[in-house]
Amino acid sequence: MRIDAKGLHFSVLDKAVRDAADGEIIIDNCIGQRYIACGLSGKNIEINGTSGNALGAYLNGAHITVHGNVQEATGDTMNGGEITVFGSAGDATGYAMRGGKIFVEGDVGYRCGIHMKAYKENKPAIVIGGRTGSFLGEYQAGGIIIVLGDSKDGKPVIGNFCGTGMHGGEMYVRCEQIPTRLPAQVKSERLERLPEGEAAELVREWCARFGKDSKAYLDCTFYRLTPDSANPYKQMYTQN
Amino acid sequence: MNIYIQPEYEVVRDRDRCIACRVCERQCANLVHSYDAETGKMQADSTQCVNCHRCVCVCPTHALKIVKSDDTYKINGNWDNQTINEVYRQANSGGVLLSSMGNPKDYPVFWDKMLINASQVTNPPIDPLREPMETQLWLGKRTAKIERDEKGRLKNTLAPQLKLKVPIMFSAMSYGSISYNAHESLARAAEELGTYYNTGEGGLHKDFYKYGKNTIVQVASGRFGVYKDYLDAAAAIEIKMGQGAKPGIGGHLPGAKISADVSETRMIPQGVDAISPAPHHDIYSIEDLRQLVYSLKEATDYKKPVIVKIAAVHNCAAIASGIARSGADIIAIDGYRGGTGAAPTRIRDNVGIPIELALAQVDQRLREEGIRDEVSIVVGGSVRSSADVVKAIALGADACYIGTAALLALGCHLCRTCQTGKCNWGIATQRPDLVKRLNPDIGYKRLVNLVTAWNHEIQEMMGGMGINSVEALRGNRLMLRGIGLTDTELSVLGIKYAGESM
Ligand code: SF4
Ligand code: SF4
Repeated sequence: MRIDAKGLHFSVLDKAVRDAADGEIIIDNCIGQRYIACGLSGKNIEINGTSGNALGAYLNGAHITVHGNVQEATGDTMNGGEITVFGSAGDATGYAMRGGKIFVEGDVGYRCGIHMKAYKENKPAIVIGGRTGSFLGEYQAGGIIIVLGDSKDGKPVIGNFCGTGMHGGEMYVRCEQIPTRLPAQVKSERLERLPEGEAAELVREWCARFGKDSKAYLDCTFYRLTPDSANPYKQMYTQN
Repeated sequence: MNIYIQPEYEVVRDRDRCIACRVCERQCANLVHSYDAETGKMQADSTQCVNCHRCVCVCPTHALKIVKSDDTYKINGNWDNQTINEVYRQANSGGVLLSSMGNPKDYPVFWDKMLINASQVTNPPIDPLREPMETQLWLGKRTAKIERDEKGRLKNTLAPQLKLKVPIMFSAMSYGSISYNAHESLARAAEELGTYYNTGEGGLHKDFYKYGKNTIVQVASGRFGVYKDYLDAAAAIEIKMGQGAKPGIGGHLPGAKISADVSETRMIPQGVDAISPAPHHDIYSIEDLRQLVYSLKEATDYKKPVIVKIAAVHNCAAIASGIARSGADIIAIDGYRGGTGAAPTRIRDNVGIPIELALAQVDQRLREEGIRDEVSIVVGGSVRSSADVVKAIALGADACYIGTAALLALGCHLCRTCQTGKCNWGIATQRPDLVKRLNPDIGYKRLVNLVTAWNHEIQEMMGGMGINSVEALRGNRLMLRGIGLTDTELSVLGIKYAGESM
């Protein structure tokens, strides 16, 4: 099914997507309509244009590909499925996601992967080709975030306050030197190349999607950030 | 050096009555009681006693009582014992004081300073035993436009509504903060009463999906347990922006309390801290709130009302006005006396405002702005009796949430040590030996009893006023009069003083 989104109110567009009997949906001329594919499963959605806020919130297994940029809160509380963005993503991408994967070719905004958590077989992943804003992986409790840092403008690959309140999961940042100071609860480890395993697999998947040579992205210095178990996030309480 | 702190309460045992059966010893999770084999007598260590009255209730010979210690520091109007002890505790430990349940301080209770009207001679009272007295109501937007289809038939343009048989719901208490058996009791009672209980921010246990049509599910900043099936299972979805007991403060369930079952329900690994910070990190404005409201509506096909819950704070009338414009169907306001499983003492005791004042101001503001019908108002924290419910409705609420009163029905004795996870009544604990003390078959009936009794009383009070439905009582402030209130208090509440006529 093909939907021309030009001039459509989000509620009309989203209902058409939700109610479509056809599992293959292409949306053309998307111009910022919000909440596309909220909570959906079992569908393949291709979007041409720019999708609005909360694309694929509570996504439950559907696959979404966007040829263009996406706005805020993409994949909010996503439980499963995949979102691939041929472009950049706004703030709070992957907020509290619990499963599924988000691949972004370009940059992401503030608070990417905040509250991300893993659970049983669900292990969420975000792979970002470019840079991220501040507060990356704030309160991260599980899952994996990879920042490849491909950027031409020479700006820092991650912003400030990365991993504040982090208490689970891991982040991989491809850079020669972590550009900002990390909070006390975060431990960083320098890796000369990305070791084989989940992270390397995700980078290969990212490269396959965006037609890049994976060698160029694996054979480089990475920093692995994890919560520092010796310095947990807690305040000392006194029973009163 | 730790300064010794004398216990506030003492265990007193009547030696003549005690038969040394050791029931109290087995029943006390705080290990207060012990048996001295040499003397054949029971001992008590009052320093461990939290005054939950479990032993007093189970002692077969009624040999026990807990009394307030008459030990005291030198009497001081400024530095009372509690205040001094808190300084000692913090100097001993360097920790933030942690408490639970609602604000226990001696602030004015405005419910107790309002009196309800009754009819005499003209507009006679209605006898609820003889005449129908409607306590059923609907929560949701009442802004439907009248539209007809081609054939002239009325189209259903009404936003989704929650139907309540009684104007009382059980407020949010998460599985984790309270036990499985407590949740089961609440769920079954809600089903039988035709009302709703609320999962809190801890997810919905798989066994309780079957109570979905009587369940309100919560979405908080940590999004624990939130996914499609959870949203679909519920009758309504509540976005938790704040909580009366700890406005501006989030939740932190320590990893140690995340049992296998709690982990499954919250959808997080066992033993990992569950942190729900105060802010939703994607909400900085009403426009952002609107986005969360609509993403939830989209995800559930506009079939479920969305509630936004806030703590009663100084500016809540303006905040409520924003919420009413955010697309939310219902606003829940939680007063500063509302309960909690754990909150920093200073926050619980000093932050927020009374629900009575917040409710009066919110209702008035929404009316003034002509948007009262955009939302229903539910209030809680702390509604203690049917009279409080009647007063709340007359002040402008559509319905009330009860939390502490519901826990009392289940056996809670308000010892205010829920944060330790050792509740002897099987409520605020995950310890299997304690949880099984609360039998849900009995617990749910006690809740049904409580709410049914309140409902009768509500009908009687309404009948006395000559009003035959809660809908007609809503916002009817002429049915209230103040007593012992200042002019400012009267004007904030929007009521007249006792003795003043219409
Ligand atoms: S339960 Fe009562 S009778 Fe039994 S040991 Fe304790 S105080 Fe004595
Ligand atoms: S729930 Fe239990 S621990 Fe909490 S106040 Fe009541 S009796 Fe005490």
